[in-house]
Amino acid sequence: MSHPIRRTAAELADALAAGETTSVELTEAHLARIDAVDVEVHAFLHVDRAGALEQARESDERRAAGRSVGPLDGVPVAVKDVLTTKGLPTTCGSRILENWVPPYDATVVTRLRQAGLPILGKTNMDEFAMGSSTEHSAYGPTRNPWDLDRIPGGSGGGSAAAVAAFEAPFAIGTDTGGSIRQPGAVTGTVGVKPTYGGVSRYGLVALANSLDQAGPVTRTILDAALLHEVIGGHDPLDSTSIDQPVPPLVEAARQGAAGDMKGLRVGVVKELTGEGYQPGVQARFDEAVQLLVDAGAAVVEVSCPHFVHALAAYYLILPSEASSNLAKFDAMRYGLRVYPEGIADPNAEEVMRATRDAGFGDEVKRRIILGTYALSSGYYDAYYGQAQKVRTLISRDFAAAFEAADVLVSPTAPTTAFKLGEKLDDPVAMYLNDIATIPANLAGVPGLSLPSGLAEEDGLPAGFQILAPAMADDRLYRVGAALEAALLDRWGGPLLDSAPALAETPKEAVR
Amino acid sequence: MPDITRDEVAHLADLARIDLSDAELDHLAPQLAVILDSIRSISEVAAEDIPPTSHPMPLTNVFREDLPRPCLTAEEALSGAPQVEEQRFAVPRILGEDA
Repeated sequence: MSHPIRRTAAELADALAAGETTSVELTEAHLARIDAVDVEVHAFLHVDRAGALEQARESDERRAAGRSVGPLDGVPVAVKDVLTTKGLPTTCGSRILENWVPPYDATVVTRLRQAGLPILGKTNMDEFAMGSSTEHSAYGPTRNPWDLDRIPGGSGGGSAAAVAAFEAPFAIGTDTGGSIRQPGAVTGTVGVKPTYGGVSRYGLVALANSLDQAGPVTRTILDAALLHEVIGGHDPLDSTSIDQPVPPLVEAARQGAAGDMKGLRVGVVKELTGEGYQPGVQARFDEAVQLLVDAGAAVVEVSCPHFVHALAAYYLILPSEASSNLAKFDAMRYGLRVYPEGIADPNAEEVMRATRDAGFGDEVKRRIILGTYALSSGYYDAYYGQAQKVRTLISRDFAAAFEAADVLVSPTAPTTAFKLGEKLDDPVAMYLNDIATIPANLAGVPGLSLPSGLAEEDGLPAGFQILAPAMADDRLYRVGAALEAALLDRWGGPLLDSAPALAETPKEAVR
Repeated sequence: MPDITRDEVAHLADLARIDLSDAELDHLAPQLAVILDSIRSISEVAAEDIPPTSHPMPLTNVFREDLPRPCLTAEEALSGAPQVEEQRFAVPRILGEDA
């Protein structure tokens, strides 16, 4: 057997079922990898060594007794630090939640535990998921395993980097405007944002309630389908959860891998290609579309004229919702409390102001102020109200496009990974990274990103995005698996095999 | 729509209960002006008759049976509190000195 950390989650599940390995062995292998490379990559904010090994032992005991609880029982997973974990710190990448240990599990986490997946730890992220580079984490940036001087995407750069660096077989991310898909694109991994309401948001610390959605972060389409089936489905604790069964995703992925795309109509979104996209990203996209054509798909160009306004609508709706959501950090019930300097007996409001100044980073402050502005009387109609109307127009664009095509495709992000620090103080340039991913969040439709190859100008991974109508998440997996199979055939192996080997920190230097 | 001024940013920060220092205001105010400029076009896009969307999926009210169910214990609920007193959240004074 090749080294367990290089294998897919599906292969690990098979190896467990065949009795070739144990969950403890797999969990130890990944913990050792974290020790070896995470000093450099910094994908994790917290590693739960003891907890993960205990869960692995329990999994092995279940298996020995013939009581395994599902196909992934015993396969370890990493969880983005925006989902609450009982007994494990949950910081959301913010000082304001430093050392906070929630008293309850998010539903996604409950389902991981019920399915027997040991939780390796919590992954780094932009503070409260605001960002596209993970540089806005209060605990320092995550680095891209392809080039440690570059960003791993964001906000879920920790989950994507952990998977790309083989520190975890797969991970959970969350996607509000592209935070699963864009990190996937720039790290050469797979990420899926399910249909809004397809995965419970209970215990997902809200950035923007009407946009947030948790989903799988993996190295293969099949692994994503397996993980998606574990976490998806109705949850009475989330009133926006869809009360319908999740479509058969694993089956769709297996079917798609056979490669027959006859009868499939693929819509290339005119507004999400061409100008503004890095030549190598565009070239890999065009080749991937041709591979789908070769597999029997028909390609049509579709126009979504209002997508050009999606970014503006998003940067009004998101800050508006975020400024309301983050009002709960008031220094009273949980999280940081800072007393202002120079005030002898400060009142609650003064303590709240001092705490929020000390506890929030620049990007969070920018967005809270922007949201406060957009919601203030006199501007509400011009900004927030207009943005909501644009949201309607974007949904109508999707509806029209899905009349002409079964799935829509585009490059996931306009560029490959940029250098750390390059866009840190240029918020608008940072926001443009999400130009192709945001429309899906505004309309609630599902989206998937998979690696399309390396851009020749910098040798870094590019991403291919597939979008489907709401509740048709299975189409993402069918088409994604077909394209993945064709690309693997072309490359002669996984794209991550071309990533440079990471220097390992000697054991003595860790712990 | 008018540009956002430094004073306005200070006022908004005040409304959002964030104590921004002068240095932070100098840093953030121009950035916010640039962000606002980049989203200004929104006001000219949609016509009067377009209905707003607040939520991506068509939703109606969701009800459940009003039955007791397990919840956090007081200790659990207080476990992250900055300060606890007599099984309650202890907070700074809430009224001004002249109240």
